[in-house]
Amino acid sequence: MTAFLKRYEGLWLFVHSPAAIIAAIVAILIIMGAVFAPWLALVNPYDLSSFSLFDGLLPPVWEDGANPKYLLGTDDQGRDMISSILYGARLSLVIGLSALAIAAVLGVGLGLAAGYFGGRFDAIVMRIADVQLALPAILTALLIDGIARGILPASVQQDLRVAVLTLAIALSLWVNFARTARASTFVQMNKEYVQAAIMMGQRPSRVMFVHILPNILGPLLVIMTVDLASAILLEATLSFLGIGLPADSPSLGTLIRIGMQFLLSGEWWILWLPTLFLVALVVSINILGDFLRDVFNPRLR
Amino acid sequence: MLTIKDLAVKFPSRFGDFTAIEDVDMTIKPGEIHGLVGESGAGKSTVGAAVIGLLQSPGYIANGTITLGDTDLRDLTPDQAQAVRGDRISMIFQDPQTSLNPLMTIEDQLIETIQAHSDVSTSAARKRAVDLLEEIGIKNAAQRIKAYPHQFSGGMRQRVVIALAICTDPELIIADEPTTALDVAVQSQVLDLIRRLAKDRKIAFMLITHDIGVIAQVADRVTVMRKGLVMESGETAQVLGAPTHPYTRALMDAVPPLDHRIDRFRVPQEEATAATQSSGNAAENWLLAGQQQEPTGLTLQDLTVRFAAPRTSLFRKPDPYVALESVSLTIRPGSIMGLVGESGSGKSTLAKAITGLVTPSNGAMTFGDAPLPFGKARSRHHPSRQLIQMVFQDPYSSLNSRHRIGAILTEPLWFYGFEDDPDERRRLAASMLELVGMQPDAIDKYPHQFSGGQRQRIAVARALLARPRFLICDEPTSALDVSIQAEILNLLKDLQAKFGLTILFISHNLAVVRQMADDTAVLRNGKIEEVGATENLYQTPQADYTQSLLALTPTMPQEWQRN
Repeated sequence: MTAFLKRYEGLWLFVHSPAAIIAAIVAILIIMGAVFAPWLALVNPYDLSSFSLFDGLLPPVWEDGANPKYLLGTDDQGRDMISSILYGARLSLVIGLSALAIAAVLGVGLGLAAGYFGGRFDAIVMRIADVQLALPAILTALLIDGIARGILPASVQQDLRVAVLTLAIALSLWVNFARTARASTFVQMNKEYVQAAIMMGQRPSRVMFVHILPNILGPLLVIMTVDLASAILLEATLSFLGIGLPADSPSLGTLIRIGMQFLLSGEWWILWLPTLFLVALVVSINILGDFLRDVFNPRLR
Repeated sequence: MLTIKDLAVKFPSRFGDFTAIEDVDMTIKPGEIHGLVGESGAGKSTVGAAVIGLLQSPGYIANGTITLGDTDLRDLTPDQAQAVRGDRISMIFQDPQTSLNPLMTIEDQLIETIQAHSDVSTSAARKRAVDLLEEIGIKNAAQRIKAYPHQFSGGMRQRVVIALAICTDPELIIADEPTTALDVAVQSQVLDLIRRLAKDRKIAFMLITHDIGVIAQVADRVTVMRKGLVMESGETAQVLGAPTHPYTRALMDAVPPLDHRIDRFRVPQEEATAATQSSGNAAENWLLAGQQQEPTGLTLQDLTVRFAAPRTSLFRKPDPYVALESVSLTIRPGSIMGLVGESGSGKSTLAKAITGLVTPSNGAMTFGDAPLPFGKARSRHHPSRQLIQMVFQDPYSSLNSRHRIGAILTEPLWFYGFEDDPDERRRLAASMLELVGMQPDAIDKYPHQFSGGQRQRIAVARALLARPRFLICDEPTSALDVSIQAEILNLLKDLQAKFGLTILFISHNLAVVRQMADDTAVLRNGKIEEVGATENLYQTPQADYTQSLLALTPTMPQEWQRN
């Protein structure tokens, strides 16, 4: 066992880091809950016939007047809080992960090419990235949302809400990937194995993706975890502000927005439960990201 | 006066303590230069760090005593140790670039150090600083002292570092590879200075180096270390001239002599592997089958390479930096051309120009009978991309660390379309590993699982699997220990003879080039100083520069040499 752990140093560090273990357990539980939401949840919050207004505003079981059927109570529509949160997390994770994937492909591709070709191409890509960086993510999202509303017919707009939201988040995240990929590529370009590949006459795409990319994956992986947390937060922010998803298909952000109305009226659980859930998810992902950074950067140990 | 007894240093790690050095005994008398020699990982620097009390955390002294005069250095409180450091023991580091503060003038740094250790007025300290600089051979010291470190050359900077080390009149100076970063001319001046200081001021030196030539030149006594243990210790003439320990003997066998040429290096391990002789037949036959052509030569005519210098004015284009100026060179088919020169002379630029990584601005290159296009003008499918291959300096960065050896070695076979069958490619790669003296099971491992010498063998195997006719070796052994260097040089010689390769062998080490090259060219500041048959050039050098290079390279006396 020790020999095995010695070989896989990352695993050794993981076993000896309680924070990382707890974060991993929390993240895995949340992700499993989201994935299996249709089987775990009592009601389907997207299906209006599966819940009833008469069950509205029931508190969690440990408070007076609770219905034991709804462990964490219900919201004003009579939706079971557990079900809403699981479905909401499912939607948040889907949007976060797809936005992350788009941002990673776009950012790593552009950053790698900028680092490899340098010169004018690099200058153009990086100036675009600078402009992107100057615009707050919310503004980008509003812009894309506005354009989508303007050019898409009203009938498809509702169906494309998730896609528009994902694209908006992806566009505000790709810069991180591009900058990291470019900086790491610059370092690798001076390594002799890259020069050997160029000398052989290999195609630039092969040098970039077969030779350089595996060597810069470490820092990119760290960015990915940290950015997954920001993507989820960004989605929550946008939905909270009402730019994101509507109340009938609630993500975590939408749930928090709904809960805001009950902040001062005594039905605390409608706001606090989804908020706590979101915080747990984001914090655990961030801790895992920090841990990965330590694994890949021996100097920080 | 410095006495080390039974010294052991350990580094705790997650998987138990790692013993860096053990049972080290050593005494250094005043005015003595004690050489500490060994290959990388021998623990030389750890001894020095333990003496001066600057062991890298979490290392600790597990056993033994270190006494300087009457002081037990292990008994000191941190404050007392701080007082001893600098006052009685000083240190000279390898890289003069980084051991001086770039934001302080030399004057400020010297005065600060002097005043930290003795209670004198600033003007008295300044006077002492100027005297010191005069003493170590900086002319016009009163003016030069106002300069910043970057205004001095590398050798001058190392002198300033030495001035800092001696400004408190220490009894002992620990010099850790003090001349490794310097060119030979500067190195010899710094060594002269060290010798003079030991004699005049009776300072004891602990001279840590991997260069046996340096030890032979200046050290009175020498201690040979290997893997944390002392192998042999004694008078330099006795240890190097008549070594008793097998390791010292093997080490001396591996040192390339400057004043004559030997056929092969004696390498003890080679009989055990004996790979170059018997195995690797498949790869050998494959390589020989690919040799339809005669050996191919390369001619360079008036090759000039210019690099754009950074802009200094908004309105004027900066003058370009000339890295190579009208270099003409003929490399005969099937011969080894040695290219020697100090750092910054343009050796690597020449290699890059030939491989197309750098675009010359003038001149012409002819490979075989056909002109060789420059840089980007050379298409990706140009035949020279296969026929010219390169072995790089740093075996740690020349192999892609995320690819298995198998993938690295089969890439040229696949890329140049030599072999379509993946199984056959793998077989050939394994056989080629045997040809360069490795075990064929290395094919499934990753580069980090091998030592520097083994990686360099893999790099040679990769180059050969492209079926080259022309091989560029850019400082192929300067990152390796001497014993490994000897093995790699033997290997390159064997392969060259067997396959009729033409080789451009680039090195800053004159002795190595003498062993390898048929012809030698001397490069200085981008210009060829002298070209000629190697033996002629070394025996009767014509250019002043070549003469001084040969004279200043540290060597061993004839009677100590074993080759």
